Amino acid sequence: MLRLDKLTKVYKTGDKALNAVDLEVPKGQVLALIGPSGAGKSTLIRCINRLVEPTSGTVQLGDVELTGLGLGGLRKERRRMGMIFQEYALVERLTVMENVLSGRLGYVGFWRSFLRKFPQSDVDEAFRLLDRVGLVEMADKRADELSGGQRQRVGICRALIQNPSVLLVDEPTASLDPKTSRQIMRLIVELCEERKLAAIVNIHDVALAQMFVSRIVGLKLGTMVFDGAPADLTEEVLTRIYGDEDWSETIQKVDDDDEVDAA
Amino acid sequence: MAISTLDGQKIWQRRDRDVQLKIWAMWLVGTAIFMWCWQQISEATTWAFFWDAPRIAADIGGRAMPPRWSYMDKLWSPLWDTLNIATLGTVMALMMAVPVAFMAARNTTPSALFVRPIALLIIVSSRSINSLIWALLLVKILGPGVFAGLIAISIRSIGFCAKLLYEAIEEIDESQVEAITATGASRWQVMAYGIVPQIMPAFAGIAVFRWDINLRESTVLGLVGAGGIGLQLQGSLNTLAWPQVSLILLVILLAVVVSEWVSAKVRGAII
Repeated sequence: MLRLDKLTKVYKTGDKALNAVDLEVPKGQVLALIGPSGAGKSTLIRCINRLVEPTSGTVQLGDVELTGLGLGGLRKERRRMGMIFQEYALVERLTVMENVLSGRLGYVGFWRSFLRKFPQSDVDEAFRLLDRVGLVEMADKRADELSGGQRQRVGICRALIQNPSVLLVDEPTASLDPKTSRQIMRLIVELCEERKLAAIVNIHDVALAQMFVSRIVGLKLGTMVFDGAPADLTEEVLTRIYGDEDWSETIQKVDDDDEVDAA
Repeated sequence: MAISTLDGQKIWQRRDRDVQLKIWAMWLVGTAIFMWCWQQISEATTWAFFWDAPRIAADIGGRAMPPRWSYMDKLWSPLWDTLNIATLGTVMALMMAVPVAFMAARNTTPSALFVRPIALLIIVSSRSINSLIWALLLVKILGPGVFAGLIAISIRSIGFCAKLLYEAIEEIDESQVEAITATGASRWQVMAYGIVPQIMPAFAGIAVFRWDINLRESTVLGLVGAGGIGLQLQGSLNTLAWPQVSLILLVILLAVVVSEWVSAKVRGAII
């Protein structure tokens, strides 16, 4: 589905952000990418949709090699990759509806989008998605009137209305409180299941990652140092990824957590 | 920072002694220059005129009172011209300033090496010459009248508007632009969705602010023959018709007060 092959990124400053990363994400799999700040997590997902231009290596989505595409071809393929951001990255002065519909920009011509004349099918889909995330009555509010959790839901709708086959999720919960964080993570995972979407989720919160995803990849200084199931994430592995620290409290028994959740 | 040790105790002062002395020396030199300039000006002044000034001013003031209200009939048309010069001049300036601003902003310029310097040159050259001087030039080129004033005002305003606008463009939140780019939007769509909404408040503020300034500037353009109420002012001054002068000044004052009020209202409504 999504395959990275020896993906490398060296910034102009000489910093090697990614070091020959090989990764394959099958259809429908939600993968959490963990690692300390500066490990290259953000760079990795931005190299996939080429918001950051990779230095070498290839990215393949389906049978299309993204790294070889020209500008027009890249725009077409970007429509298949929905992106969700840390600080939501909504256009603050536009309404919720406009923000959601902006996910269709790749499908709609300039003047139609400029005059906000989106096809009715897009508007229908926008309402359906807003209804799904419970924000349908907010459609006409300006994005900056919403709370953090609500904004991130709008961000999710914007990504999904693209009808993507993969979601690139950059720290979706970093600016949210613990409860909202869980709700947002649960929503993302549920939606990926519903639509059989592959997803790469960058995340700081190891416990949260373990709670929701089926596969965890650890990145350290641009190199992959772990790839396995949440249950395999031992103290020894965390030390390998993050360095020495007492990790005994971080690793949560998955079933314990479900109980807390249910309560 | 100045940290020293005295009897084993750490002393902190804002500046150490050398820096403090330098600052005193600078004050000393500054004061000396000021006194010297003062003396030069004083020597160049004809004090007889100076002491005479209050009497002359009172004399002119006396002749100017009361304003000649009936002259108002002849002022409506030039006042309308003045308003048009300011408004149309601002609109024309904005139309030209927007592309210049996008070319000058580091994050939107098509080429930082070739296009940006040209855009900056346009901004600087437009800003460095006062509109009165532009008007003087344009009256010679286009002939006297409202059109010369209109062009003078708009040329002068391009730089001002473009400069403030490109600074606003450079300060936008890039993550919103990134998010729109990631949807597969085209360059123009990214501009319309990612950038334009973010700079709209700045744009509106700049537009009314410049309109406000242009209204004042266009009142004097008539002095050099570029149309508007300044023409009447000059005529009245030349014929020593002081009651008309006082009326014109009063009208200008009122116009400026009204424009202040309008721009404050508009800005309040948008931001």
